[in-house]
Amino acid sequence: MKIVVLVKHVPDAQFDRHLNGEGNTADRDESILSELDEYALEAALQLAEARGGSKAGNQVIALSMGPARAVNAVKKSLQMGATEGVHLTDDALAGSDAAATSLALAAAVRHLGSVDLVITGMASTDGETSLVPAQLAERLGLPQVTFASTLEVDGGRLTARRDADTSSETVEAPLPAVVSVTDQINEPRYPNFKGIIAAKRKSITTLSLADIGVDPAQVGFAGSWTTVTSAEQRPPRTAGTIITDEGDAGIKLVDFLAAQKLL
Amino acid sequence: MAKVLVFIDNPGASLKKSSLELLTLARSLGESTVALNGELSDGVAATFAEYGVGSILRPSAQDLDDFLVAPKAAYVAAAAETTGANIVLLDNSPEGKEIAARLGIRLNAGVITDVVAVDPDGTAHKAVLAGSYNTACKATTPVSVLTLKANNVTPDPAPAATSPETGTVEVPAVAAAARITAREQKVASGRPDLTDARIVVAGGRGMDGDFGPVEELADALGAAVGASRAATDAGWISHDAQVGQTGKTVSPQLYISAGISGAIQQKAGMQTSKVIVAVNKDAESPVFEIADFGIIGDVFDVLPQAAAEIKKRKG
Ligand SMILES: Cc1cc2nc3c(=O)[nH]c(=O)nc-3n(C[C@H](O)[C@H](O)[C@H](O)COP(=O)(O)OP(=O)(O)OC[C@H]3O[C@@H](n4cnc5c(N)ncnc54)[C@H](O)[C@@H]3O)c2cc1C
Repeated sequence: MKIVVLVKHVPDAQFDRHLNGEGNTADRDESILSELDEYALEAALQLAEARGGSKAGNQVIALSMGPARAVNAVKKSLQMGATEGVHLTDDALAGSDAAATSLALAAAVRHLGSVDLVITGMASTDGETSLVPAQLAERLGLPQVTFASTLEVDGGRLTARRDADTSSETVEAPLPAVVSVTDQINEPRYPNFKGIIAAKRKSITTLSLADIGVDPAQVGFAGSWTTVTSAEQRPPRTAGTIITDEGDAGIKLVDFLAAQKLL
Repeated sequence: MAKVLVFIDNPGASLKKSSLELLTLARSLGESTVALNGELSDGVAATFAEYGVGSILRPSAQDLDDFLVAPKAAYVAAAAETTGANIVLLDNSPEGKEIAARLGIRLNAGVITDVVAVDPDGTAHKAVLAGSYNTACKATTPVSVLTLKANNVTPDPAPAATSPETGTVEVPAVAAAARITAREQKVASGRPDLTDARIVVAGGRGMDGDFGPVEELADALGAAVGASRAATDAGWISHDAQVGQTGKTVSPQLYISAGISGAIQQKAGMQTSKVIVAVNKDAESPVFEIADFGIIGDVFDVLPQAAAEIKKRKG
């Protein structure tokens, strides 16, 4: 099987995150492989391993789009066990919204030849829109299976479960397909020492827009279909009154709610 | 005046509050048309009229619910093209956002999700980075696709009712879509829906397997029940109740956090709540940094006492 996993280099949510510079994009200084993409990578590795791994010709290609530093997301993926890395990088990509991102990623996936599956996380932890997997599927003309909490592949078909608000669904689709997975699907592995050493020998292919045949005017700020016109930092929440229970905190809580007109 | 298309999916016998919010916003922006999927009951038809809907469109195909997203997006795109809509409004559910996503590609339209307000010129307002910034965004394309977060518009019927005409939209064939082969209905709790509840009482690992006190307080307040991931992972409560980065984002009038430490991924889903109350026995828990009213105490003492007191005061 040939599986492409989309991995994004995102600002670490453990630190305060900021918008800045041209077009109010996120500051990417303290960035990491998006935690939610680790579940996608793990799902791909498990599918490949169940079919005899790379020795049996299974490929797990970690694909990241982003500035020079985004290669770190690809490196971490290789350490976890991806067989190859691809880094799509081009100055013209800066500021791409979901539509422009999905356009570039669709072109990059096509460039990689015939793939069986594209697996992504359920959302990026920076943009948090969940738009890209569905837009990628639309652009590639593939079935989309989003928010999968289980994933099985048998022959040319995949079966997944997904939880909607009022129901749980079983879905089936022919391959190739685009799948996004939730954090319920597995426990991502940590890169071990062997993996870290092995990753050093794995190749990372760098692609530019010219390599994948995308016109720079179709991506980045120029090619995006949305623009942020203003951004205002909200004053951080501050702590209010804190009391220690002396046997009547439940009553004091109700007094507070009454004073706030919340009863 | 803008032409606005509102997508409403399977309303059943009556429209949800979030659908009324969409119709109210649509009317404030221009002339509104509804693209409906599913049955059109008399009650729903009457509500459309009451909310000033100009016309109602229905799909030529009846099996849209058997597939994931793609055919619904194709239908709404065709409806938008038929009506010449400049703005397409959908709800902000995961499915609403995905339909919006594909619709955007089909219509060459910018998509903005998590919208809380829209100006007359189409500028949309939303919070980003887990609620730490308020932004204004705009589609640069002739058509904008917006998904509206629940609870940000007050439902308001039109000053004068309309008598909308109904029409049919041919659903274009979709090359490839995942088929839904089984659907298990979940049991309804009878409590308000978590995403649009006015009050949420959420429990975490501190509930130690017993959500009884959380449910009791929620019922006394008429609130929805939420949970941290630790509680849902432990199987104490259904995964649907999870609030946070990978669960639901809520912004109720009041969020009561009980036995939850307040990890960044949990905060991401609740820190835009109007008022936050926290009950936790560890004074060092990060949740106290954002609580308007914090109680250092045991959930098994504080919650039942509060529930009993509310019942007493309500008589
Ligand atoms: C990719 C990713 C996504 C995630 N998404 C989410 C998400 O969407 N939502 C989410 O919630 N988490 C999410 N998490 C998990 C998150 O990081 C925390 O692990 C989780 O929120 C912890 O839940 P908790 O606060 O209930 O448990 P703990 O952190 O264990 O805290 C329990 C708290 O209960 C208190 N306590 C214990 N007993 C009592 C008592 N009797 N009375 C009062 N207080 C008591 C303790 O003092 C403690 O503060 C995610 C993590 C990752 C890695």
